[in-house]
Amino acid sequence: MSTPSASLAQPPTAGERWMDLGLRRGAQALAVGVLVLLAAIVVEIGAVAAPAVRERGVDFLTSSTWDTNRDEFGILPHIWGTLYSSLLALLIGGTLGLAVAVFISQRFLPRRLELLLKNVVDLLAAIPSVVYGLWGIFFVIPAIRPFTAFLHEHLGFVPLFDERSPGPNMLASSLVLAIMVLPTMTAVSRDAIATVPRKLREAAFGLGATRWECILGVVLPTAATGVFGALVLAFGRALGETMALAMLLGNRNEFNVSLLAPGNTLAALIANTFPEAQDHERGVLMYAAIVLLSITLVVNMLGTAILVRSSRKAAGARP
Amino acid sequence: MTATEPTSAAAVAEDLVIDLKLDKLWYGKFFAVRDTHVPVTRGTVTAFIGPSGCGKSTALRCLNRMNDLVDGFRFDGSVHFQSRDIYHPTIDPVAVRRYIGMVFQQPNPFATTVFKNVAFGLRLNRFRGDYEERVEHALRRAALWDEVKDKLHSSGLALSGGQQQRLCIARAIATEPEVLLMDEPCSALDPIATRRIEELMTELKERYTIVVVTHNLQQAQRVADMTGFMYVDTTQGGRTGYLVEHRPTAELFADPRAEETRQYIRGEFS
Repeated sequence: MSTPSASLAQPPTAGERWMDLGLRRGAQALAVGVLVLLAAIVVEIGAVAAPAVRERGVDFLTSSTWDTNRDEFGILPHIWGTLYSSLLALLIGGTLGLAVAVFISQRFLPRRLELLLKNVVDLLAAIPSVVYGLWGIFFVIPAIRPFTAFLHEHLGFVPLFDERSPGPNMLASSLVLAIMVLPTMTAVSRDAIATVPRKLREAAFGLGATRWECILGVVLPTAATGVFGALVLAFGRALGETMALAMLLGNRNEFNVSLLAPGNTLAALIANTFPEAQDHERGVLMYAAIVLLSITLVVNMLGTAILVRSSRKAAGARP
Repeated sequence: MTATEPTSAAAVAEDLVIDLKLDKLWYGKFFAVRDTHVPVTRGTVTAFIGPSGCGKSTALRCLNRMNDLVDGFRFDGSVHFQSRDIYHPTIDPVAVRRYIGMVFQQPNPFATTVFKNVAFGLRLNRFRGDYEERVEHALRRAALWDEVKDKLHSSGLALSGGQQQRLCIARAIATEPEVLLMDEPCSALDPIATRRIEELMTELKERYTIVVVTHNLQQAQRVADMTGFMYVDTTQGGRTGYLVEHRPTAELFADPRAEETRQYIRGEFS
């Protein structure tokens, strides 16, 4: 037996060290696995698309014709429709999402109600997009019909309203898409706002700022990078959305700036066309898929990079 | 009230910038402070000292209604600023904070340029005039001008801790408030930066009335004309702070009346 004053400390056993090393290596392997998976997807789709890319080149991106019988394909209307619907959704959903984020984080409400609302908004993300599509068809499209008719009738000379469909159209699609990007926008910008230190808000109040002056003058500028990152991620979400737009946009392969007209997006084109596509059309659709994948990857990487930068800034690193 | 009024009461009232009378103060069910009455005279530095949790920051934050931001805050008593009850229902707490500036424990410059930090209060007050002149004036008075005059348009966060705190002082005095409240302004600073701020407080009292909370007894002795010692009463089962004595600083330290004060300034407990 040792004396009572002897230390009870022991070095880690060989087993403990092996365990530690094993965990570290395992985590590294899984992290690399994610990257490999992403690379594999890009390579696989790239390989199927390669013949079409070689054959059609840049013309595919700038042409507006989609005619299976004549073997003429171009995805300009789809690139346009993807960007147009996403930007509109971002304009509506981004503004609304930021407003909700401010409302549920700046003590306008009791804590419990804030938490409840936050969870309700998060739940919006759990609704399947096909349900959003149905809701769009049975509620949004009929609901905005009188409004679109009014716009077309009285402001029809403006290119934004010069062509109208009483059924599927860009405006209805963007409205539904706006609600679909709202949870992303709210959750991410709320987190960005939450990183604004309490002491900065106190400083603003101490100088005699009202709540709005504090939010607009201090909280939002301080969280600006994070809010911008949220916008980019919401944009990425909107770009890739498929089902709701396939149901609501009308699948018309035509370039059109009118908000009230039907259109198409890359994702909806692929989803609607692929099941019945012939071999040569499949390659073409894979080319479209590569284009969509590139756009969303770039946008999402950009958004993540911005958020990483903003959280470093919030952590107090000097610029 | 006019200056020609002959009564001595008026003369006293004119010199009295702040009259703090806290009888009972709660945060929700927590009985935090009792019986703390402190009159503050124009152009002086008043210090609150006492152990942690004695309510000295709470008392300070009653003076510009910062406690209104805390849920469950309420109190019996009154706070008068220049003979006006700042807790009167018709008084807007935001307006109170524009006349009574505050410097916080942690330097808290906004994540923007030095210039915009100092100009923030001016913009809030819709100041129309020469911003550059005002900003320079405030920075000079905060003894920071020479160090930042070449980087007015770089981030305030790039300054050292002591410089940031002087930036916050400049920001608080840019709008020329009557009173400057300082809540342990040096506790996050090193000794050299602390001395800078203390010198600054002595200079600033020519123009502003200062109320400061400090943990540092030497600091109170160096800068304060009047010192209030607060202590925690645990006899009723809770932890309620109260004012033990409030007297000229030299007297309080040389000849404390209460036993608690004597023990505290001797360092027998903290």
